[in-house]
Amino acid sequence: MKSLKSALFGALLVVVAQAAQADEVVVYSARNEQLIKPLFDAYTKETGVQIKFVTDKEGPLMARLKAEGRNTPADIFMTVDAGNLWQAAREDLLKPVNSKVLAANIPEHLRDPGNEWFGLSVRARTVVYNRNKVKAGELGTYEDLANPKWKERLCLRTSKKVYNQSLIGMLMAEHGEPKAEQIVRGWVANLATDPFPDDTKAMEAVAAGLCDVTVVNTYYFGRLMEKKPNLPLAIFWPNQNLKDKTAGVHVNISGAGVTRHAKHEAAAIKLLEWLSSEKAQNLYADVNLEYPANPKVKADPVVTAWGSFKPNLINIAQAGALQAKAVMLMDRAGYK
Amino acid sequence: MLALDHVAQSYGSKPVLSDVSFVLSPGQIGCLLGPSGCGKTTALRLIAGFEKLSAGEIRIGAEIVSHPGHSLAPEQRRVGLVFQDYALFPHLSVEQNIAFGLSALPATDRRMRVAEMLDLVGLDHEATAYPHQLSGGQQQRVALARALAPRPRLLLLDEPFSNLDVELREKLSLEVRDILKQEAITALLVTHDQHEAFAMADVIGVMNKGVIQQWDTPYNLYHQPTNRFVADFVGQGVLLTGNVLNSRQVEIALGVLEGKVDGECSEEGGCVKCEKGCQVDVLIRPDDIIHDDSSLLMAEVERKAFRGSDFLYTLKLPGGGHVLAQVDSHHNHAIGERIGIRLGIDHVVAFRK
Amino acid sequence: MIDAKKAPVPGAFFISKQVGSLGPVAVATLLALLTLIPVAVVASAMLHPDQTIWDHLWHHVLPELLVNTLWLALGVSIGVSVLGTGLAWLTAACEFPGRKFFSWALLLPLALPAYVTAFVWIGLLDFTGVLPTWLRESWGITQLPPIRSRGGVILVMILALYPYVYLTARAAFQGQGRRLLEAAQSLGISRRRAFFKIALPMARPGIVAGLSLALMETLADFGTVSVFNYNTFTTAIYQAWFSMFSLPAASQLATILICFVLALVTLEQLSRNGARYATSARGGGGARRIVLSGANALMATSAAGLVFLLAFVIPIGQLLAWTHNVMATDLDARYLDFAWHSLMLAGLGAVLVVSLALALAYAQRLRPTPAMQFSARLATIGYALPGAVLAVGFYIPVAGLDNLIIDAYRDSTGEEIGQILGGTLAVMLLAYCARFLAVGFGPVETGLARITRGMDEAAQVLGTTGLKRLFRVHLPMLRAPLLAATALAFVDIMKELPITLMTRPFGWDTLATRVFEMTSEGEWERAALPAVAICLVGLLPIFFLVKHSDART
Repeated sequence: MKSLKSALFGALLVVVAQAAQADEVVVYSARNEQLIKPLFDAYTKETGVQIKFVTDKEGPLMARLKAEGRNTPADIFMTVDAGNLWQAAREDLLKPVNSKVLAANIPEHLRDPGNEWFGLSVRARTVVYNRNKVKAGELGTYEDLANPKWKERLCLRTSKKVYNQSLIGMLMAEHGEPKAEQIVRGWVANLATDPFPDDTKAMEAVAAGLCDVTVVNTYYFGRLMEKKPNLPLAIFWPNQNLKDKTAGVHVNISGAGVTRHAKHEAAAIKLLEWLSSEKAQNLYADVNLEYPANPKVKADPVVTAWGSFKPNLINIAQAGALQAKAVMLMDRAGYK
Repeated sequence: MLALDHVAQSYGSKPVLSDVSFVLSPGQIGCLLGPSGCGKTTALRLIAGFEKLSAGEIRIGAEIVSHPGHSLAPEQRRVGLVFQDYALFPHLSVEQNIAFGLSALPATDRRMRVAEMLDLVGLDHEATAYPHQLSGGQQQRVALARALAPRPRLLLLDEPFSNLDVELREKLSLEVRDILKQEAITALLVTHDQHEAFAMADVIGVMNKGVIQQWDTPYNLYHQPTNRFVADFVGQGVLLTGNVLNSRQVEIALGVLEGKVDGECSEEGGCVKCEKGCQVDVLIRPDDIIHDDSSLLMAEVERKAFRGSDFLYTLKLPGGGHVLAQVDSHHNHAIGERIGIRLGIDHVVAFRK
Repeated sequence: MIDAKKAPVPGAFFISKQVGSLGPVAVATLLALLTLIPVAVVASAMLHPDQTIWDHLWHHVLPELLVNTLWLALGVSIGVSVLGTGLAWLTAACEFPGRKFFSWALLLPLALPAYVTAFVWIGLLDFTGVLPTWLRESWGITQLPPIRSRGGVILVMILALYPYVYLTARAAFQGQGRRLLEAAQSLGISRRRAFFKIALPMARPGIVAGLSLALMETLADFGTVSVFNYNTFTTAIYQAWFSMFSLPAASQLATILICFVLALVTLEQLSRNGARYATSARGGGGARRIVLSGANALMATSAAGLVFLLAFVIPIGQLLAWTHNVMATDLDARYLDFAWHSLMLAGLGAVLVVSLALALAYAQRLRPTPAMQFSARLATIGYALPGAVLAVGFYIPVAGLDNLIIDAYRDSTGEEIGQILGGTLAVMLLAYCARFLAVGFGPVETGLARITRGMDEAAQVLGTTGLKRLFRVHLPMLRAPLLAATALAFVDIMKELPITLMTRPFGWDTLATRVFEMTSEGEWERAALPAVAICLVGLLPIFFLVKHSDART
């Protein structure tokens, strides 16, 4: 009883946040704990630098950074999509980082043109289809899914997920808004059922025959197939014809940037550089079956088995810039 | 109108009522009077239908409403009930409370009946008030109006005035009696307060330990109690040891009483039919003792209580024993003073020792 | 009885006699401020409307989601009222096989986060779910009503939220006693009709207290409707904030939501029109149970059993099955920490919430003026705000205060210090209070209303006033409602996410944040483990509540 009391008392009284310490980095992360903690543990083991982090959704984390202003304890802001990084940069929550290491490790289209943030892993949003009902040859492009031949054969995840918003952002960047809207309307017209809350449910519907084809992030496919290897599902890489206007599979990133008021700027940059390095990249990407952002690093064997693809090279920042407009477009098109 | 015929009830093996029988004729107001725990409330709840009896039967009008194995549901008995705590519905206004039992009537008839009842109990101006906004007496009247509104065959009142102050109690009990008489309602009241009983009832049953001790008019209960319990519970008085001289004379400390000694029977003692020399207890009421300065019989004032129009003196008799005396209030004697008294007894009430 | 408005009880001061009648006002004002500051921060966004986003919302989003939200609110309100009140009456006033078990078992769904229940049901009943697959493959039945629909989301929310009404309505029925029902019977009303004419209307404050909690929870819900992809006002709030990066637009929508709730609450109060629900006529002992037999008993048992099965057994069964799959890899020593953090936060938070709620309800009782009632409503409105919006509204002033302190310190000493308030448990607990005051206030207020003024006065003439009266008279009489309020606040804090995520100190992960980590990347099976743990820890107060509130009946 006494120890309980003193524990309660201590917890209430001790102000957890302390004066800045030299050998630590503070991370605000929208990437899950189970995906980042192994990396941080490895980093601490290697360098002795302590990493403190909290996880939350991007919106609240940004609101928090903003409210804390110059006194924020956070040194790094980490997300699972480019749109939020773009927004953080726009709200002046991040600062440019001039690092040769990062410039060398991360390809240009996966980082902010102003070097305020960097992609650390790549998430490809591709087509998954039912092998029993569709031949790979029938598939082509994202745009093609608006073709009436897919009527009642398409399943989609909700438009509220940022992955779809950035996909539409890419289409808008490539085709312009009216054409993009036409494509989305085509998709909506082809839907076999209301949009699903997540990618896995959409794929399960395809496997069960409710629809024939859907668009998902590859790691969800990997996770599902690991659990149920017998599902009649296969990956198709769309938009691989390089002569097309929009060439390449839509990719998003999970990434990070150094905060505007970082107290441990140098240590934060070191951590980002380490995360982009060859030894950390596999750990970063493989734990979630994602693609490493550093092109010198090979993906997990499970991932490479899906075959190689050409990614869309539009700078990922554009998707962020167009995100709000993409949301409005989908609302207009009736994509829920 | 109401008849109880050898009614008995028990909780488990503990008898609560035994062999209760009485009859109320139409328009009569009856009362069950007794100390708390005597079974009077149980009797009321049996009549209302909230409890089931274990023997006997209850009839309302010609209809048997309760007998072992059968009990007409309370809501089908057409019996009105006024609760001790009124049990007004706090979420309904006065008129809604009164209209509560009238849902079978057409709306216009219902309104008329409610207005009639409001008028009857003098609450016309409080129709839309809620119970918590009324005084205790007003709540009482609402409870009465609510119970009377559906024209019950019989009205039951459970200690209806016990939550009110004495003055209001007397005033209201007379008012309620008037209303009941005016409407020719057959009613049964239960109470532990004999003043309430005397003020309201035409006929009273004194109860103790689940048994009706005596079912009689208020006058008879007071003047001709049939046993010690009734003598003791109803009115004031003391029992003095007496020695029977013959069938018309008893000797007590105060002298020799003349009167019919036998003839009065009680269930516990049997009829006092004793011969000369038999020992009895004689009931002496305060009004049997008359203060008379010229009397040679002197008693010492031990206690006194001023009651406005009179004094109630507790007097110590020379040979031991006490009596109560009711004396005009201008005869103010000090405690310890010795005053002259004499007996003024019309009839002798005596119980064999 | 004395009309309180006309005759305030003399000498009835809450804080002390020196503070006099200002005491209650001060308490209410302070507590109202606690929730009003975050609400005001949110509402201040009204000053900066974002034209583009509003145009868009107005034309393409609002019409649909208003209809959706109204249907949801209406459907859930009717559903939880009927289910909660009906089950409460069955277990409080009737006797049927299994009554004792169901009387506490029917509370268990409280311990399951609604969005987890929702996910389980979609998993089971959607096209790819177990039941439709079996029907399709074995029987060729394909025409099933879709679970991902308006009806589906309403049903699941009813199953998740009815316990709020069940709990408060049951307390109300238990407090009624049998006298008034007998009075009704003596007026020719059968027991069945007496339920509708007496028991039900008298229980109105209790039912409304539970209903308004369920309704506010429904309106503020994001998790469950997201699982159904059902667009409501709250999803639009999150869309404006997270997807269109406009916290102002989100805040404006949230403000409208709050105004709507305030209007509803005020309407309900006005419609009571001076009626009271307290009565001294509770004699005759506890209500004698109506013994159901034969077909009626069978129906009662099956109804309670069906609700229990759908709202708890099936969801927890699925969670347990998933937990079984991931237990070996995911369950580690850290879960002791998670559980301890959850338990401690929920425990401390619940006690604090209920203490503040009691202070507020008591202040309102001492000064039952319209202004006081309005501030009480305002103080409890935080529950209707979507959690993340309230969290950010709370955090902005906290961080602002921190900045003032840190800057002042830097200016005077030239040294840097870290946050003083941000990241402390104290702030976290206060934020819980801002959100969950309503959960504590509802049961306590209705409980307090059942203590008549006469009892106050009786205590007063015996020389027991002020705080002494609170402890000697009110608290013992409020035992059941206080327990109920504490249990509700406890499980609600256990399940709470946005505030916990935003205000927790570094390393202070709880079971709920564990669920968040797993579900945010769609790993629902792995989320089952912490969800089951929440349920287990959440059972503690429910057992406690049932044990102690039923001891007397």
